[in-house]
Amino acid sequence: MVVLATKEAELPAAGQQIDIRNVSHQFELEGEPLPVLDNVDFSVEPGSFVALLGPSGCGKSTLLRLLAGLDQPTNGELSVDGEIVGEPDPSRILVFQDPTLFPWRTVWDNVALGLEAQGVLKRSRHRVDNAIELVGLKGFDKAYPHQLSGGMSQRVALARALVNEPRLLLLDEPLGKLDSLTRLTMQTELVSLWQRAGLTAVLVTHDVEEALFLSQRVLIFGPRPARIVADISVDLPYPRHRGDPRLAELRREALGHLGLAATW
Amino acid sequence: MASIDPPLSESAVQEAASVRPAASLWSTGLVAAAAWVGTAALIELWPEIIPQPYGRELAAGALVIALLLAVVAATGKLGGKAAVTIRYYGPWFLASALVVSGWEIVTAKTGLLPVPFFSSPQSILEVFFDDWERLGISVFYSVLLLAKGYFFGALAGFLTGVTIGWSRAASYWVHPVLRLIGPLPATAWLPLAFFIFPTSGSASVFLIALATAFPVTILTWSGIASVNRDYYDIARTLGAKPLFLIFKVAIPAALPHVFVGLFMGLGTSFAVLVVAEMLGVKAGLGWYLQWAQGWAAYANMYAALLVMALMCSTLITILFRVRDWSLSWQKGLVRW
Ligand SMILES: Nc1ncnc2c1ncn2[C@@H]1O[C@H](COP(=O)(O)OP(=O)(O)OP(=O)(O)O)[C@@H](O)[C@H]1O
Ligand SMILES: [Mg+2]
Repeated sequence: MVVLATKEAELPAAGQQIDIRNVSHQFELEGEPLPVLDNVDFSVEPGSFVALLGPSGCGKSTLLRLLAGLDQPTNGELSVDGEIVGEPDPSRILVFQDPTLFPWRTVWDNVALGLEAQGVLKRSRHRVDNAIELVGLKGFDKAYPHQLSGGMSQRVALARALVNEPRLLLLDEPLGKLDSLTRLTMQTELVSLWQRAGLTAVLVTHDVEEALFLSQRVLIFGPRPARIVADISVDLPYPRHRGDPRLAELRREALGHLGLAATW
Repeated sequence: MASIDPPLSESAVQEAASVRPAASLWSTGLVAAAAWVGTAALIELWPEIIPQPYGRELAAGALVIALLLAVVAATGKLGGKAAVTIRYYGPWFLASALVVSGWEIVTAKTGLLPVPFFSSPQSILEVFFDDWERLGISVFYSVLLLAKGYFFGALAGFLTGVTIGWSRAASYWVHPVLRLIGPLPATAWLPLAFFIFPTSGSASVFLIALATAFPVTILTWSGIASVNRDYYDIARTLGAKPLFLIFKVAIPAALPHVFVGLFMGLGTSFAVLVVAEMLGVKAGLGWYLQWAQGWAAYANMYAALLVMALMCSTLITILFRVRDWSLSWQKGLVRW
């Protein structure tokens, strides 16, 4: 919360615009080409919150890696704020599916990693403290990753991203490892964080309710190679209520697109 | 001496028993103390087959150990860390009293073992009393030579390992050379090295460095190569540049491997050190061993071996301490 307070004044429109044009991607698996993304094409408005839903292994993480600039697509192009994505940049931060903390660094040093790498740590140590406080890990600054629970590690990974005040936050199932209570709290936190910062958020999740509760728009992918099978707009104001009948309606629709209508 | 001490330690024991409950008495310690008193008595009272000096000093030493054990046994849990350590090694104190006694019997007292080849404890003590200066200088030169060679070898190995672990081009050129030359024992270079280098000292530094560098290179390299790719991806998305990736990601992640290489390198460097000192360098413990052999001074050889064992063990311990300190973030480290 405090982390991003200074940012608002400096940057009027903090969120980045995403344009994905006819992106296809394939991997090599034992000499055979493995198509993962098939002609994916969509745009995301600056400052909006989009969720990506799809069956396991369809290529959601791959798409986020492309957006972060970690890999280059086989075909098509991705651009952020009109510029084609090349190298990774700290204005676009990817929170990985695994927390993957650096085991030789304390919690504080893990969170400080980005600022240190960008050479601005000396001036902005308080930002690290604020980010740790934000994810509720005050007092664990000096703990090593092997001393944390799975959920705590995931929260450190989130703090490590937020401390950089990204303009595009790519979240790959960041709440997947949390217990259900922390998960609900963190969902609310994510929303208020996104609103305060005005950043663009792209969230990959397996959880239909989570996608609908958090985002303004849910893109549903089919099985690999992934293509967009549905684009659901969640026309509800924030703060939302989990018991909202409109959410239940949308949930039925989303499950239908995922081929799970029978379970409703 | 032997006649004064036993009653003294017994009275200490009685005193302790009257003040504290008997449970706080350390029985193993008492038995060990008694065993060392027995050892002292054996050394002092049983005449030697060939009279030797320093028997009395040896007996006095045994009594000092006995006294120490008795004091720790009597004062129970009182006393600092040293007392805890002594208590822990109680069975060892007992066993070593038996070993020293047995050794004393089969050498000095009965001559069961052929005398010049198997030295009695007091003749080794004699070496420490009469030749400590030469031994000390030898240790100094050995450590100095080892330190120079090990330092350059570890440094070269680490830098090579990081370079070939990081750069494909470097690996392309260095790997085949490493595969061919690396497994060659450094001592095989010895005749050539003594010939090429201006002094036998610089030749030995080179050989020790060579012996150290190989394992350090291989382990550093494999450490760098096995770093989880995700670490790099995460650091890159957070704005890390290549130098940051090398120094703040690759090297810390590879450090546990590097230490394995450093341990292996230290082991091989000991071997090369001794051989080099025996064959060329006119100083150090290897040379001392060689020199003692020339004079058929077997007791000196045992003494030098003992000192060498202490030296190597101390150096390994130091390396373990450095590792524990640098890798304190790891759990489940093996303690030395
Ligand atoms: N580096 C790689 N090399 C080869 N194949 C890969 C690689 N990375 C991913 N894949 C394959 O691409 C497909 C999509 O992977 P991806 O991680 O994007 O799935 P996902 O949609 O994120 O799945 P999940 O929801 O289970 O995380 C999988 O079938 C996987 O096997
Ligand atoms: Mg994934």
